[in-house]
Amino acid sequence: MEKTFRIVDEDGIHARPATALVNTANKFKSTESFAEANGKRVTLKSILGVLSLGLEKGSTLTLITQGEEEAAALQALEDVMVGEGLGEVNA
Amino acid sequence: MLNISGIAASAGIAIAKAFRLEHPDYTVTQQTVKNAEAEIAKLDDALAKSQVELERIKERTLQELGAQKAEIFESHLLILNDPELISPVKDMIVNDQVNADYALNETSKQFVTMFENMKSVYLQERAADMKDVTKRILGHLLGLNVQNPAEISEEVIVIAEDLTPSDTAQLNRKYVKGFTTNIGGRTSHSAIMARSLEIPAVVGTKNVLEQVQPGDLVIVDGLEGQIIVNPSDEVVAEYRDKQVKYDEQRAEWRKLRAEKTLSTDGVHVELAANIGTPNDVAGVLDNGGEGVGLYRTEFLYMGRDKLPSEDVQYNAYKTVLEKMEGKPVVVRTLDIGGDKELPYLDLPKEMNPFLGFRAIRLCLDRQDIFRTQLRALLRASVHGDLRIMFPMIATLVEFREAKALLEEERANLKSEGIAVADQIQLGIMVEIPSTAVLADQFAKEVDFFSIGTNDLIQYTMAADRMNERVSYLYQPYNPSILRLVDMVIKAAHKEGKWAGMCGEMAGDSVAIPLLLGLGLDEFSMSATSILPARSQISKLSRADMQELAAKALECATAEEVVALVEAIQA
Repeated sequence: MEKTFRIVDEDGIHARPATALVNTANKFKSTESFAEANGKRVTLKSILGVLSLGLEKGSTLTLITQGEEEAAALQALEDVMVGEGLGEVNA
Repeated sequence: MLNISGIAASAGIAIAKAFRLEHPDYTVTQQTVKNAEAEIAKLDDALAKSQVELERIKERTLQELGAQKAEIFESHLLILNDPELISPVKDMIVNDQVNADYALNETSKQFVTMFENMKSVYLQERAADMKDVTKRILGHLLGLNVQNPAEISEEVIVIAEDLTPSDTAQLNRKYVKGFTTNIGGRTSHSAIMARSLEIPAVVGTKNVLEQVQPGDLVIVDGLEGQIIVNPSDEVVAEYRDKQVKYDEQRAEWRKLRAEKTLSTDGVHVELAANIGTPNDVAGVLDNGGEGVGLYRTEFLYMGRDKLPSEDVQYNAYKTVLEKMEGKPVVVRTLDIGGDKELPYLDLPKEMNPFLGFRAIRLCLDRQDIFRTQLRALLRASVHGDLRIMFPMIATLVEFREAKALLEEERANLKSEGIAVADQIQLGIMVEIPSTAVLADQFAKEVDFFSIGTNDLIQYTMAADRMNERVSYLYQPYNPSILRLVDMVIKAAHKEGKWAGMCGEMAGDSVAIPLLLGLGLDEFSMSATSILPARSQISKLSRADMQELAAKALECATAEEVVALVEAIQA
């Protein structure tokens, strides 16, 4: 499953929200989560990976989940994205 | 005596002996290692020790500085356990038959380089986090005796190449009176930490570490960004004086943080802050703001290529309301158009943008934009004391139309089963002279006024505030402006409503005595002006200021008004 977001936070993705995303992804042991931006895909279980995407305001970010709890994981990640005021679902 | 200039990172003056915080030699050399398993075990051991240390620092920071400052160590813990870091290190140990410290250092360097090449300054600074974590692990791998700033036990000024976040977190406020570093800027971790610890600091001196020996007497002037090494007795005396004055003033201001704003004769006025984004709320609370008097929502719309969705807006408004914990938050609806452009709206260029199609004029025309914002505001209203304010209102008809749209959206939300607060105060900005003159009529229908002096002055004086050649006409103390302000406040009070001010004038030390005398109820200003304003008002009598204001209203020129105010302050 996947969902695409547009980064709306003035400051792009910072350490704090990146930490929240990684912590959330880590909760779903049976599910692999990835982040994809600018043609690069990284595991969401790595904060260095997420920061390495260099996301800025206006960037498009796709979150991908694969595994038993993929729906729940994607929902939890979306909650972090929107709840932290980081991004909005790209309609 | 030696003077060194740097960047003032944290205000205040500190005078003490130098303590050079130097880090041991982390140089690693490549060695061939046959027993990869033993090397990996060493690495795991160093990681485990680092983990314990970081948990402890995180805990200490949480207790001393709060959750927000502790977050950085949460990130460090994630880096420590990051598969993208640890797996390549272990692979390198096995495949290249090298020592753990070498493999770690090489892998870490790649990440440091990656961060340093990022476009965003913020992400470039993350290189410091990477280095910090790497050093911590290396310290354990190399068995180094790492100097621990937590163990300083006499009053010192810490001198360092740079202070890592973990160094700064371990500084004991009792002994570390100030610090100065070779590198860093106002937004580096060490600077931010210094401000929360209230330790004077000067960063970015380039070479202070090379110029100062252990035990040298050092003055850190965090107000001017100066370091003075081995000053003469005279200079020390001068700075002790400056230090006492600054500390007294700050102590006096800080005491007022949790206080109400009261005049000597016990009249309460509300001191609120102007903000642009949810991030500004922390500064409002830290400076003892009693509310948000102006939340400029334009920033939500700027720097993007399409309108912000209802949800994005709702989240921003909700965040501000929640963080303000029930204190009033006045949100100004979109004030855009004219000189503040939004490229994606594709509005035509205007000859007179300040007199043109902007703010409420645009919103009443582009109802799609306006309704989205109103819905987001109404949904957020259940999270605190929301007040809504329309900008650039020139006629009562405009206000009635805007209010009707708000009521329509309230009804729509209710029919969708979405909760909306029962009581939401609805007010207007008074920034157009027609509205000030007719304030008595407006006061019957609005819940409050907020006087926007920047525009009110330029419209009253017919002087473009962007045009330097007519800047002498920007006269907040001109009796004509004071009379308009007086009319607005009187009109509000006659109907039992309140009047506030959210322009520059509200935080101005010359205007404050006059505004107090005119009966202004709410003063909204930049957060850092709040405590000085509260201190000023606490020394003024409202009754005396009423007399002063009455005299000012009878003056002929702005100069006469200023002379009146200066006479009472002398």
